[in-house]
Amino acid sequence: MSDSYLHSVYVIKDACNGCVACVKYCPTEAIRVRNGKAEIISTRCIDCGECIRRCPTHAMTAVVDTLEATHKYSYNVVLAAPSLYAQFPASVRREVIWQGLKMLGFDEIFDLSAAGDYIAQEIEQYVQCYTGGRKPIISSACPAVLRLIQVKFPELIQQVIPVLSPGEAAAIYVKKNVCAKQNLSEEKVGVWFITPCPAKGTNIRQSVDVKHTKMAGSISEASIYGELRRVMHNAIPEENLKQTITTGSSYGVGWGSCGGEIAASGLENALSVQGVSDVFEVLEQISMNKMNDVDFVELYSCSRGCVGGPFVAINRFVAEKNLKLRIRTLRQNEPQERLAARKSGMTCDGFPTSEDYVKVLEPRPMMQLDEDINVAMEKLEKMDTVLNTLPGIDCGACGAPNCQCLAEDIVQGKAFETDCIFILRSRVKKFAQGMIELSTQIPLTGTTKAEKTKEDQENES
Amino acid sequence: MEIKCEVPGNDFDRAGEASASIKKALQRLGVPADIVRRVAIGTYEGEMNALIHAGGGVIKAEITSNLTIITVKDKGPGIADVQQAMKEGFSTAPDYVRAMGFGAGMGLPNMMKCSDKFSINTVVNKGTKITMRFEHK
Repeated sequence: MSDSYLHSVYVIKDACNGCVACVKYCPTEAIRVRNGKAEIISTRCIDCGECIRRCPTHAMTAVVDTLEATHKYSYNVVLAAPSLYAQFPASVRREVIWQGLKMLGFDEIFDLSAAGDYIAQEIEQYVQCYTGGRKPIISSACPAVLRLIQVKFPELIQQVIPVLSPGEAAAIYVKKNVCAKQNLSEEKVGVWFITPCPAKGTNIRQSVDVKHTKMAGSISEASIYGELRRVMHNAIPEENLKQTITTGSSYGVGWGSCGGEIAASGLENALSVQGVSDVFEVLEQISMNKMNDVDFVELYSCSRGCVGGPFVAINRFVAEKNLKLRIRTLRQNEPQERLAARKSGMTCDGFPTSEDYVKVLEPRPMMQLDEDINVAMEKLEKMDTVLNTLPGIDCGACGAPNCQCLAEDIVQGKAFETDCIFILRSRVKKFAQGMIELSTQIPLTGTTKAEKTKEDQENES
Repeated sequence: MEIKCEVPGNDFDRAGEASASIKKALQRLGVPADIVRRVAIGTYEGEMNALIHAGGGVIKAEITSNLTIITVKDKGPGIADVQQAMKEGFSTAPDYVRAMGFGAGMGLPNMMKCSDKFSINTVVNKGTKITMRFEHK
């Protein structure tokens, strides 16, 4: 099962110079440098993209689709996410961005903020009706966080809210709707997500939250940003463009950055955490029942939320500012009250409800040393012994992120003690000392001919 | 196998280290996630009690293929009225400890709740020994 786990991130071996930047920053300790090149341990990778961000030689990247992939379909719909809007100043109207997407070849646009409005309503209802179970309820919006929970915090699976991510819900709606409207069979319609991160792309290949994804693929925001900007320069929105697009409210747009999901769901006793190391810390706290007086936590693997994804084109802080200003502008033309405003973004006929499609997360614990607990105990004890021989400075020179990981790799037969340069050095030293000692133990009764000649020559001169 | 952890007295910077290391070991052994969580929570409560009230102590985890037994031993002041200490919300933690967000009571009842079997042995001015048993169902 574990081998079939797909992740999008991969190493461009030619570009990798074997430094350990990615190894050091990987939150699940999923990378090792072996034979001078980074290698990803598939079962541990959660596709957060932290390595993509950290790699100085751009050797880390992820599988995504390109615009050419849309040619396989006769009708293509693009899901335009708030994080995409955030790449442009608030003064650039959504209509212009949509028109630009049309000029790139998409037949239809679905504003993902509309799905955000629907899902926010589901979250609000779920949290309000939640009784008895463990708290806090954990957001299901970020697929990298869901994967982190699968591999590192499987005990928290039951606390993850059983609602779809807006993207998956939108894809289900769009596919059904477009097929009916255009009288096309399902395989002719391609629904595309313009993604700020590799994790959302992986979700399409192997979904963690939806039973059967309706997305055809994902295209990275960074890869189309240049072209989109170029065509947008001359884009004049078609007259009735807005009427042809289901548009979400400002609350739906808010999902793109931190706190947006909570604001759209109107939750007060809730908190928002972004950045994978902070998310990790909070999940640890939740696991220890230390946050059980909080109702809901919104967790995003990227700093500042989706606007901070590894595949976004512009600086995340600027993007966040752009999005905030856009929300403010949109709010001027919306009802004052949140529920009424959100309702204004919910105009889809028959938008799917999560319970028909959502999948329960599957645990994928990665820490286990062996299937057999008795063998695992032996390995754990051996690991402890090995760890005591290591310097404990977590230098990373062995290719593992820290001494503990190296000890684990050694016990699992994946590394050698001499991969540690300190152990290697002390072995070399011992070896060298042994040689010197041996050289002093040459019997004094005789010298070799060569030595004798040399001595004679020295005496003569 | 056995894991032994020293709990330093009143060192809040190191609070939770012992339970975290026991948790990690159980995860490595492949003990089911929900049981690991219960052990971690129970051990943490014991660790905090030893740290706050007893000037430190020793935590021992005895692990077999189907069972984990945690013992928390200290040479602290002991508990005069165990019945009262077992009530939820009862706490004798000093103010400075409460100000840090610890010592809200719940320690002992929480340990009892999350373990399959709980026992406490305490002598005033001698110390306390708590034993928690967890089956790896």
